[in-house]
Amino acid sequence: MPAVISTAGLARTFRTKNGPVDAVRCVDLTVQASEILGFLGPNGAGKTTTLRMLTTLLRPTGGAATVAGCDLATDPAGVRRASGYVAQSGGVDPQITVMEELVTQGRMYRLPKARAVARAEELAADLDLTGFLGRKTGALSGGQRRRLDIAMALTHRPEVLFLDEPTTGLDPGSRADLWALVRRLRDEHGTTVFLTTHYLDEADALADRLVIVDAGTVAAEGTPGALKLRYGGSLDATLQDTFLAVTGRRPAPADSAPVAV
Amino acid sequence: MLLHDTALIYGRYLRQSLRSRFALLFGVLTPLLYLLFFGPLLTRLPLGGRGTSWQVLVPGLLLQLGLFGALFAGFTIIIEKGQGVVERMRVTPVNRLALLLGRVLRDATVFVFQAVLLVLAALVMGLRAPLAGVLIGFAFVGLLTLSLASVSYALGMKARTPQEFGPLINAVSMPSMLLSGLMLPMSLAPGWLDVLSHLVPFRYLVDAVRDAYVGAYATPHMLYGVLVAVGFAALAVTVGTRVFRTAGA
Repeated sequence: MPAVISTAGLARTFRTKNGPVDAVRCVDLTVQASEILGFLGPNGAGKTTTLRMLTTLLRPTGGAATVAGCDLATDPAGVRRASGYVAQSGGVDPQITVMEELVTQGRMYRLPKARAVARAEELAADLDLTGFLGRKTGALSGGQRRRLDIAMALTHRPEVLFLDEPTTGLDPGSRADLWALVRRLRDEHGTTVFLTTHYLDEADALADRLVIVDAGTVAAEGTPGALKLRYGGSLDATLQDTFLAVTGRRPAPADSAPVAV
Repeated sequence: MLLHDTALIYGRYLRQSLRSRFALLFGVLTPLLYLLFFGPLLTRLPLGGRGTSWQVLVPGLLLQLGLFGALFAGFTIIIEKGQGVVERMRVTPVNRLALLLGRVLRDATVFVFQAVLLVLAALVMGLRAPLAGVLIGFAFVGLLTLSLASVSYALGMKARTPQEFGPLINAVSMPSMLLSGLMLPMSLAPGWLDVLSHLVPFRYLVDAVRDAYVGAYATPHMLYGVLVAVGFAALAVTVGTRVFRTAGA
């Protein structure tokens, strides 16, 4: 099966007043087509930095990576065309209507206007937002806004979807809906999903495979079952125990502010 | 693609401006107050230049409009960064130059519209100036807005909070206003102040627009004004685009 995301020695060092800080030291990973990868790690482990590099928001200072066959360093525009990104904070203007945001997003991916409108209506129907198309995004509930964020990331039918802590702040019902949506994207559309989360139950339930990073490198990877068996001692071990065994730390609470690395 | 992307971003932000009609009209209020309450004080004073006091004051007010309005444009990008809108746009294939140009062209449009309102009010107050000169004045306001808004967005992209951004802009805008002769011609100033004011690029724009308002187009002031305005715009857009391309990188 072809790798949709592939990194080799991916690294990022920040220059600070107190000297260089290696946020990501060396990340080697591959993500196969139609796979949901859970990317876990304690605060400051390098999750967000890795995600920001893979979405072209941040330039690596070492190593190489390809996303959907496009090299991060030489073809960032190709990476952008092939991927969708849902940031933790979302990305919509509260004064603009759902329809206008969706259509603008489609146009930013170079869809002709009529197709962008049709795609917006299709996504709204698919994500249960049809009744809100004329509403300003600031008037949506947390769950509705999250569905809109995902709809925005899907306007151009990306091969890869990057989700940065997508269920933070959502109620249990909205979380369950979002999990179902992510599974549907994989099963029906073959979308590859790269997911960071602090909720270990979410990673356990959703991810086909997990990568746990710590101190800027990959500390463990495998299926949830394989990791539990290897680090927790049995299949009955919780992912929390496994995480603790790998990193020596309990995961940060989901609502705590992540360290900006 | 640059044209398509610029038009797309421009349309998005222009619609946003049109939704806040109050802000659109409110922006012109300060120069209008100067026109109403400061302009009449000058009508009997010898201002040392050619033309009437209105032909001296109105060009200054036009550039004041551009200076203050555009320099504060960066506040909006700080808000957009907080909303995640900037990141969302930066992960799309939209041209990086278009991300900046769409915004600054919207700003230039808004300020030229406000400049038209100001000139119409000035005509009622007693301004008389050749149409070509008035149009040249609008062109300078547009170019100045484009340059300053680019710089402001670049600074806004770098600033973490509005509290960090505000004092920086104030530190630039106040000396610029005082030293460029926006209110009164610097020819009235003592020698040392006149020399100092030549270090401020806006001075050349003010002098050029004042010449345009008296119908003097082939003058050294006009030449220097055009050179400074075009050079500053090229530099500011280059810097702004670079920041949009590499922000956070």
